[in-house]
Amino acid sequence: MINTQIAVIGGGPAGLRAAVAAAQLGAQVLLLDESDHLGGQLIKQTHKFFGSQQQFAGSRGIAIAKKLEAAARSQENIAILQEATVLGIYEDGVLLAEHKGRVIKVRAQRIIVAVGACERMLAFPNNDLPGVYGAGAVQTLMNVHGVRPGRRVLMVGAGNIGLIVTYQLLQAGVEVAAIVEAAPTIGGYLVHAAKVRRAGVPIYTSHTIKEAHGEEAVEGATIWQLDANRQPVAGTERHFAVDVICLAVGLSPLSDLLWQAGCQMKYVPELGGTVAVRDAHLCTSNPRIYVAGDVAGVEEASSAMVEGQLAGLSAALSLGLGGKEAQEQLAEAKAQLSALRAGPVGEKIRAGLAWVEKGVTADA
Amino acid sequence: MGPDEKTIICRCEDLTLKRLRELIASGYTTVDEIKRISRAGMGPCQGRTCRALIEREIAAMTGVPIREQKPAKYRQPSRPVTFAAILGGEPREEDC
Repeated sequence: MINTQIAVIGGGPAGLRAAVAAAQLGAQVLLLDESDHLGGQLIKQTHKFFGSQQQFAGSRGIAIAKKLEAAARSQENIAILQEATVLGIYEDGVLLAEHKGRVIKVRAQRIIVAVGACERMLAFPNNDLPGVYGAGAVQTLMNVHGVRPGRRVLMVGAGNIGLIVTYQLLQAGVEVAAIVEAAPTIGGYLVHAAKVRRAGVPIYTSHTIKEAHGEEAVEGATIWQLDANRQPVAGTERHFAVDVICLAVGLSPLSDLLWQAGCQMKYVPELGGTVAVRDAHLCTSNPRIYVAGDVAGVEEASSAMVEGQLAGLSAALSLGLGGKEAQEQLAEAKAQLSALRAGPVGEKIRAGLAWVEKGVTADA
Repeated sequence: MGPDEKTIICRCEDLTLKRLRELIASGYTTVDEIKRISRAGMGPCQGRTCRALIEREIAAMTGVPIREQKPAKYRQPSRPVTFAAILGGEPREEDC
């Protein structure tokens, strides 16, 4: 049994920031991450980030991962356990994790769940053919392992991930035949959409994939138009000869540990799926468990970092650590989150948060 | 094969859209019921792929929006773990 004051599950932008924030207030922190690297999805992000100066706007994701990791490793009171997959959270505050083929136990006074999100899948004929990828998998192949996923790609989804991965595919010398988007408008930032349009990639809005073709692997894809009720219109089919179909159709919070731990949960489509109800300090209905990052609602890395900061500070404060300065940092983190979520871009997130931040005792 | 038979909902347990629709039509209208009758969501990924697709299909066929559907239960372990890892792990405290 490992005893610690605060266990942080997940070493992505939210978890790393949470660990550092809590450790700086003097907490003994154990950070668990299931992979062999720290930084989470940031290590695949070869593009420069927007957001705010405090959250490294202008830096590439992979550089941000290195900075966050260095900050965590420089704290003597953070123990880091890599290749450790948390299997369950129990009523007495004990975590069970598998670490390199052994099951271990961790007893923590506070747990910060920062496990991120998983990619959404689509149902269409032949969706199990090799060559159908999630956008995250394409990024892992290309940007982590230097492997091109194929020669010619149909991208499904014109949100920021679909647009950015399209551009990264072009940079890697892979042709992108088209981008299809079920919504009538492009979801991602105009600056990204303009970039791929200038590169000659057509974007079909109000279109979706009808089916994939191929025997052993993807050889082509058919798309068709959607009407105002999002029903497909027969006769509008277009065919593309592609060997990759890349799905960038959104992420779902990985909320299973929170469910299993008995936290009060709520389905909030604006936040990507089912998330834990929590207070303004990211404490769930279980006063020992905090959330931060995409598991609390799918957003961007910049807000994940600030949420990590907020959760780390609140968890440490709840243990009696930190003083007036920590309270000021807490207020500053909340102000930064509001700033990141201001304006029309944050409208959806603000609407989603209104459902889960009503207070943890509201309707069950 | 029709298009529904070639559409995979649960990749771990090979549940097709055709079978899912048959199950919903025959009265299995929650994710847990679908899971128990078909094993969907019980494979290595523990429902990370199929769960949202099943919820969406239930909503489309029954008219019950996802928000109002009875959510499926999650149990530990949240990831597959071998008996060897458990046996090779820490002893129970009462055995120490």
